[in-house]
Amino acid sequence: MGDQIVQWVAGLLRQAYAMLGLSPIAGILDRIVCAVAMFGFVSVFVMFLVWMERKVSAHMQSRIGPNRVGPFGLLQTLADAVKLTTKEDVHPVKRDKIPYFIAPILAFVATFMGMVVVPFDNKVVVADLNIGVLYIIAITSFTVIAILSAGWSSNNKYSLLGGFRSAAQIVSYEVPLVLSIVPIIMITGKLNFSSIVQYQQQAGYWFVVPQFVAFFTFIASATAEANRAPFDIPEAESELTGGFHTEYSGVKFAMFFLGEYVAVVVSSAVAATIFLGGWLPLPFFGFLHLPGFIWFMAKVLFIIYLIMAFRWTFPRLRVDQLMDFGWKVLIPITILNILITGFVVLLLGKGA
Amino acid sequence: MTDLLLSQIKPGGESPFGTDEYVVNMGPQHPATHGVLRLVVKLDGETVKETMPVLGYLHRSIEKICENRTYPQCITYTDRVDYVSAMSVNLAFALATERLMGLEAPPRAQWLRMIFVELQRLASHLLWMGAFAGDIGALTPFLYGLRERERILDLFEMTCGQRLTYNYIRIGGVMIDILPEFIPKCKAFLDYFEPRIVEYEELLTYNPIFLERTKGVGVISAEVGINSGVCGPSLRGSGVSCDVRKQQPYLFYDQVKFTECLQNDGDCWARYRVRMDELRESISIVRQCLERLEPGPIETKLPPILKAPPASEIYSRIESSRGEMGIYLVGDGTAKPYKAKYRCASFSNTFVLDQLTRGWKVADIMAVLGSLDMIVPEVDR
Repeated sequence: MGDQIVQWVAGLLRQAYAMLGLSPIAGILDRIVCAVAMFGFVSVFVMFLVWMERKVSAHMQSRIGPNRVGPFGLLQTLADAVKLTTKEDVHPVKRDKIPYFIAPILAFVATFMGMVVVPFDNKVVVADLNIGVLYIIAITSFTVIAILSAGWSSNNKYSLLGGFRSAAQIVSYEVPLVLSIVPIIMITGKLNFSSIVQYQQQAGYWFVVPQFVAFFTFIASATAEANRAPFDIPEAESELTGGFHTEYSGVKFAMFFLGEYVAVVVSSAVAATIFLGGWLPLPFFGFLHLPGFIWFMAKVLFIIYLIMAFRWTFPRLRVDQLMDFGWKVLIPITILNILITGFVVLLLGKGA
Repeated sequence: MTDLLLSQIKPGGESPFGTDEYVVNMGPQHPATHGVLRLVVKLDGETVKETMPVLGYLHRSIEKICENRTYPQCITYTDRVDYVSAMSVNLAFALATERLMGLEAPPRAQWLRMIFVELQRLASHLLWMGAFAGDIGALTPFLYGLRERERILDLFEMTCGQRLTYNYIRIGGVMIDILPEFIPKCKAFLDYFEPRIVEYEELLTYNPIFLERTKGVGVISAEVGINSGVCGPSLRGSGVSCDVRKQQPYLFYDQVKFTECLQNDGDCWARYRVRMDELRESISIVRQCLERLEPGPIETKLPPILKAPPASEIYSRIESSRGEMGIYLVGDGTAKPYKAKYRCASFSNTFVLDQLTRGWKVADIMAVLGSLDMIVPEVDR
């Protein structure tokens, strides 16, 4: 169904191009339209997530949560965004100007760019890269540069500590994150997200079933990658006030804030695609004939809910315990998982 | 003063990597210092080399003010000494004055005082639990703690009209008798509250991350604790019996059954366990007090002007929510105390921080500080 919608929209676009006499550059225009659409969608979705997080935390803490602006407080995030964008941009005098300016933009853009390779439905994807998995791992690692330069350039000791913690954390958790995707690639022999979903469709099972260990290690490392509790030591507010974004305000702070949520969306989208069968319907619910897009978003929201539940239930790990958990627990588990998967793949004669 | 302190703690030291130590000011405005405590921390990367608490940002000169007020007027100021546990400070001052002047409150007033002080202990420990969990990154227990604390404050409000600074326990008795519906409401609250403790324990006690953060962290050995003047639940976590309610019973604490909660490890987790156990003990004490409450007068007849005997002095102590709360009063025959010295648990508990955090990580400062349960106005007074 998603396929048909895309073709219908594409047809409309072609007509519009023809009317405006822009048909020769249709290919470029298509890309621009896709990018803008993705940007708009993710922005709105993130706004919804901020609201959702506040509602989820309110529910867990027996509070009510935002309920003043709009129905059920849905427009609260919009009001906050307006407030943040119209706010005076206060910055430290002795900052390192260029990295201080670039850091929030990088944090924002780098995470956003991850979304383009994730398929929302069959053939509904902005860029169906054949090395999508590699691309997303590479692009999301940019955040560490943003956070490190934010911490360094703010000329604040808390920021600096936060920046270094973040560098150590993201570098450490990148390894188990990648290693938990490796078994999937070994089974499917594909680095393309759409192909991975199609493999799950043909095989008749989601990878969360044979690879539940990888699923858990992926979620744990993705939570750490997104600097979310219980791994939120770079911005641990009870220790470092705001961590790397202590000195940021207004739009720049909003960019860090949005970047964090987009990182959560990207991780959840990847997890939903790889482990939960992307746009495929839930088993035994195929008769509903919902568009794949709905199934995909439902799965993404489920994983995001998990990550939010972690945040509001667990205390925060200490920095050395965090490193221990990454290097001494997650990495051995993932490596063992790769070994076992390799043997099974060899025995069954599957894979590339 | 700032320059002096910073010159005392200078960055320096040799390290094989050629790294330098640096000094971070935590506070006076900092999310984890519970008010305006300032910590000057010398760090080597993430490792703490030295922690120096700097006091005085909330100094209000309460002891000096008390010298210029009559004894009953002082009670109002005692509310502000420890605003989280105001009833205890009320009681400490009232008891000290009564002992100085040889007065005694009637039995009903004594039972009422016990009920309110123990309810206050519940409220204080609940707030502590939330703040402690918040310090180590779990934000949800704070709301749970406050939810139940609200109901205790409702009980206080019902009786004396105030929710934070009560001015309820007066010299020679209490301000006003409880309403008839107080007892059923209080019992209903206790019945509602007791199962909730299990809920907190499920959320925190054996949570693996919570255990990682608190077990073995900030160990106070019995010797260090006694030598540094640590008291209250913080010292009981190290296995030292120091409950004034047991050792030197005041009010009718010798007539109720309760056990002194002790743990042996002396770490943050042990201190947490002590306070959680005390919640249960306090509930049982309040229940017994409600049973024993009989009709009668709520205050003794006081002379129109309350004067201490000349050249008299007294040191009177009680067990407040945070530990031993002592009041040293010197009377000179007038209606005003010549000297009123507050011996506050938070003050002595704060200064063990440096010994506990050396060589640990930055995050452990917060865990240890949280577990000591200090209240800044009580430190600075």
